[in-house]
Amino acid sequence: MAGALLEVDRVSRSFGGVRAVRDVSFTLGAGELLALIGPNGAGKSTLFNMVNGQLRPDAGSIRLAGSELVGRKPREIWRLGVGRTFQIAATFSSMTVIENVQMALLSRAPRLYHLWRAAARLHREEAWALLEDVGVQGQADRPCSVLAYGDVKRVELAMALAHGPRLLLMDEPTAGMAPNERRELMALTRRLVGERGLSVLFTEHSMDVVFAYADRLVVLARGELIAQGDPQAIRRDARVQEVYFGSGKTFERARPAAAVGQEGAR
Amino acid sequence: MSEPLLQVDGLDAFYGRAHILFDVSLEVRRGEVVALMGRNGAGKSTTLKAIMGLLPGRSGRVAFRGRDVSRLEPYQVSRAGLGYVPEDRRIFTDLTVEENLEVGRQPPRSGLAAWTVEKLLDLFPNLREARARSAGRMSGGEQQMLTVARTLMGNPRLVLLDEPSEGVAPVVVEQMARMIQELKGQGVSILLSEQNLHFAELVSDRAYVLEKGHIRYSGTLEDLVADEEVRRSYLSV
Amino acid sequence: MGLQSVLVQLLNGLAGASTLFLVAAGLSLIFGVTRIVNFAHGSLYMLGIYLSYSLVSRWGGSAAGFWGGITLAALAVGLLGAAIELVVLQRIYHAPVLFQLLATFALVLIFKDAALYVWGPEDLLGPRAPGLGGSVGLLGHRFPSYSLFLIAVGPAVLGLLWLLLKRSRFGTLVRAATEDREMVGALGVNEAWLFTAVFALGASIAGLGGALQLPVEPANLGLDFSAIGDAFVVVVVGGLGSIPGAYLAALLISEIKALCIGIGDVTLLGTTFSLSRLTLVVEFLVMAAVLVARPWGLLGRAQAPARNAAEIEPPLRPADPWLKRLGWSALLVLLIFPILGREYPYVQVLAVDMLVAALFAVSLHFVMGPGAMHSFGHAAYFGLGAYCAALGVKLLALPMGAAMLLAPVAAGLGALVFGWFCVRLSGVYLAMLTLAFAQIVWALAYQWDGLTGGSNGLVGVWPSPFFASKTAYYYLALVVCVVGVLLLRRLLFSPFGYALRAGRDSPLRADAIGIDVKRVQWAAFVVAGMMGGVAGALYVFSKGSISPEGLGVGRSIDGLVMVLLGGIQTLSGPLVGSVVYTWLQDTIARNTEYWRAMLGLIILALVVLFPQGIAGWVRQRIVPEEGT
Ligand SMILES: Nc1ncnc2c1ncn2[C@@H]1O[C@H](COP(=O)(O)OP(=O)(O)OP(=O)(O)O)[C@@H](O)[C@H]1O
Ligand SMILES: Nc1ncnc2c1ncn2[C@@H]1O[C@H](COP(=O)(O)OP(=O)(O)OP(=O)(O)O)[C@@H](O)[C@H]1O
Ligand SMILES: [Mg+2]
Ligand SMILES: [Mg+2]
Repeated sequence: MAGALLEVDRVSRSFGGVRAVRDVSFTLGAGELLALIGPNGAGKSTLFNMVNGQLRPDAGSIRLAGSELVGRKPREIWRLGVGRTFQIAATFSSMTVIENVQMALLSRAPRLYHLWRAAARLHREEAWALLEDVGVQGQADRPCSVLAYGDVKRVELAMALAHGPRLLLMDEPTAGMAPNERRELMALTRRLVGERGLSVLFTEHSMDVVFAYADRLVVLARGELIAQGDPQAIRRDARVQEVYFGSGKTFERARPAAAVGQEGAR
Repeated sequence: MSEPLLQVDGLDAFYGRAHILFDVSLEVRRGEVVALMGRNGAGKSTTLKAIMGLLPGRSGRVAFRGRDVSRLEPYQVSRAGLGYVPEDRRIFTDLTVEENLEVGRQPPRSGLAAWTVEKLLDLFPNLREARARSAGRMSGGEQQMLTVARTLMGNPRLVLLDEPSEGVAPVVVEQMARMIQELKGQGVSILLSEQNLHFAELVSDRAYVLEKGHIRYSGTLEDLVADEEVRRSYLSV
Repeated sequence: MGLQSVLVQLLNGLAGASTLFLVAAGLSLIFGVTRIVNFAHGSLYMLGIYLSYSLVSRWGGSAAGFWGGITLAALAVGLLGAAIELVVLQRIYHAPVLFQLLATFALVLIFKDAALYVWGPEDLLGPRAPGLGGSVGLLGHRFPSYSLFLIAVGPAVLGLLWLLLKRSRFGTLVRAATEDREMVGALGVNEAWLFTAVFALGASIAGLGGALQLPVEPANLGLDFSAIGDAFVVVVVGGLGSIPGAYLAALLISEIKALCIGIGDVTLLGTTFSLSRLTLVVEFLVMAAVLVARPWGLLGRAQAPARNAAEIEPPLRPADPWLKRLGWSALLVLLIFPILGREYPYVQVLAVDMLVAALFAVSLHFVMGPGAMHSFGHAAYFGLGAYCAALGVKLLALPMGAAMLLAPVAAGLGALVFGWFCVRLSGVYLAMLTLAFAQIVWALAYQWDGLTGGSNGLVGVWPSPFFASKTAYYYLALVVCVVGVLLLRRLLFSPFGYALRAGRDSPLRADAIGIDVKRVQWAAFVVAGMMGGVAGALYVFSKGSISPEGLGVGRSIDGLVMVLLGGIQTLSGPLVGSVVYTWLQDTIARNTEYWRAMLGLIILALVVLFPQGIAGWVRQRIVPEEGT
């Protein structure tokens, strides 16, 4: 595929006897939002960690715009233009919100070994603009540790965007958020993708989010890729329904609860 | 059957100097599944922790089976028959799956069928494959299942269940729903903290809605689902 | 020497390994569960010997009397352990890890003086073990039967402990509590009791180890420190929390030691080198080597960070007006102080001590606080600075100013080398490796007679005439100290300081935004080392001499105590801590024979009263917390 930004090619990884990811290949185009879904233990996080360099694949290749990522450190992959957010948002708790973003900008500059000027005065405008982008400028000077979780996630997003990445990796971006916050965060992501021409690879268990915002889905089960395609096709896929969606009643409008009650009591 | 199993009266809770819960009162009757709903940061987890005795800063009355447990240590509360499933899993990563279950084991309680490791592995088949693996090597969702199973090993009469549907696949959410139904069938009561209205609707009889540490609503699930106003102002659904 | 005597030395090594293991096993167990680095563990061992001495000498030389005395001593130490846990540790489980360390350090001081009070300063040698007093012929040498018995004790205790931990419910609970104590409680386990039990068990093993040494080694007041040093090394080499690892490490270390003694002098390339002199540092060399190759010890695993409600540090803000005013007034007082102090010259000496301590503590805080690298060997850089400045004067005949400049260079170079290894580790492992390097520096200073003057050190290192008066030197120290402190403070506010804190707050996130955390930490290590060196140089010219004692473990610990006492989360903490601690030490030492116990009690009281350190406590009262 010529226009692909990220190419994952026959990647495998096992832990001892557990084959967490087997021979998985897919591509991600520029400007695309690709969701990686699958049952628990399917290997999503493992695959994810291989893309961002925290884990090394046993076999296979992962290329970003043609250059090989396998064997590089997370830091180097970051320099190549990959940003990421974590499932449990990770920010610097002893800094204010804006300082968190400034930190990312200082690292991009790179200015980490400057010893004299006060860090809090550097890159402040740019950091402010990023905070405005994600809508937390109102909290800029509060300690990051007192923010509501939804806002922490936004700060994290601003940090991940600071170096102008081409690819954004988001591991369960909406975990631990309320339904409308989820939608807001994903709508924000969608908008940023449009404005900045980013591509996004994310894992997610929240189906409303996946169906509403993903351009394409890749489904893993027991380490293998079992389906990929647009949301409609995946929704209809019998195999995916069986191993992943189930009856769909926990994320779609519920049928009369009594029916489930009987099923549950068996 | 008139006396509630769990009765919380005027519960206030603090983290350090931050006042989080204000005069929270709720009750759970025998065999009932009650959902505690609310946005992020509304205080759901805090309520469960406070009931369990895990917060040093709290005041108010918590009665379980008619006995005041609000001054007890968490282990005493647990021995009284209250099980707690934390939202952040907190499995023992260095221990195997089976050893994790062993930590939760408590003697059977009168009037309740006792859980065994085998029964629990039937309930969560994913765990069976991993029973001798160290728990830290399991995926997020598998760990979530283990947390629930571990608490059930204590044969609780009432389970405080903090967002069991979080971070697990839809099929597993359904599995959790079935498990809740099954527990209910056995006479175990559940206080469930949940943001997913679909899920709450599937399993619970009644709901309380928390907002900024205050109880804003209580009623049946049907009423809650029908009440657009409450849903919009406090649940953001 | 012959092969046979080497073999006998190896057997000796086996017996030594058992003893080492007994002290280390309990320490490892206690650390594994409570995550408390129990400094007082060596004291428990020491009390084991003393108690068994008293019991056995009262009950006479019968077999029942002897073994009964040993057993009872071990049990008594176990009980004491339980008491310590109940009275002291239970109050501070929620305090930061280092605070707990401080508390156990206070216990060391208290127990030492208690032993001094009860048993006096003389060495006490116990009787031989009835029935095992003789020796057996082995490979043509006489080998004491008691040593054979000791050889068997280690593996026996190892086996029992292993069974207990892996095969019993108690063991499973213990391992679970190691990871998440609160959760174990929420599952219905009385975890407070569990902790007390573990502490008592660990203590009684140490007590047993001590008691069994009765026929071998005289009871003396230095045993606490030597035992704890050895035990730390063994536990770390073996892997924290790993009991089999502890045995393996004990074996490795005591065999290597035995060989060094056995082989004695070796001649290599024409120079004769005494291996037996290496015994002082051999364990630290082994530890450094092991940790570099295996960062979690021989059988250890990467520790899942224990859940502890670590206090979140508030953002760094430029000093409040009130703090600024306080700072300026303090400086003013310091400037005019010699005028008041003229009548009490001693006060000026003390003031210089305080300034030196302050600079030392602040430099240590730089790596400990923002860097989260808990150095137990900061004295190494102090010592490198002091010795090099002194050598600059004595050997190179440099003027004082140039010699003083030599100090940060030398200390910085040392930190550059040691730091490279240290930043690869974290937590207790890092702490122990810093300690190992400090011990190596200490041993160099102690044994390289030709250059360092050996145990006497270097004397007659006086300031240049211009600074010869107490007052002049005071002003010099004041200027250097103030400049140093302000410099470090400035660094904290710079991008470099921010990057350092970022690596501490969330290494995961720091790495994900391209910060090379290890490198930043390394740089911080060097900066702190340099500043420590400057403190050393100030010290040596104020005292006129430096000896190995000046860079021993004691100084590293003093630094830790100062930082913690003041509060690790505030920048002013180490300043307050160093002043208070130096003053306390001085005042008490002049007023009572049992100054250690007094100091220990005061530290304990402070730990219980000010769990965030003194400055942290003050800040909490004054600065309003941002509400959520
Ligand atoms: N370090 C490890 N050692 C051994 N097995 C592992 C390790 N990490 C993951 N696994 C196993 O690999 C499989 C895939 O795990 P992974 O974390 O990638 O799943 P996942 O798709 O992210 O699941 P979830 O949605 O539940 O987070 C699981 O069976 C897991 O138990
Ligand atoms: N350890 C803590 N220290 C200080 N404040 C806390 C702490 N934990 C939670 N809070 C605050 O308490 C409030 C209630 O939190 P709680 O975790 O109970 O919410 P919740 O309803 O469970 O939300 P979620 O859906 O995110 O789990 C929030 O404002 C949160 O910021
Ligand atoms: Mg995952
Ligand atoms: Mg919660």
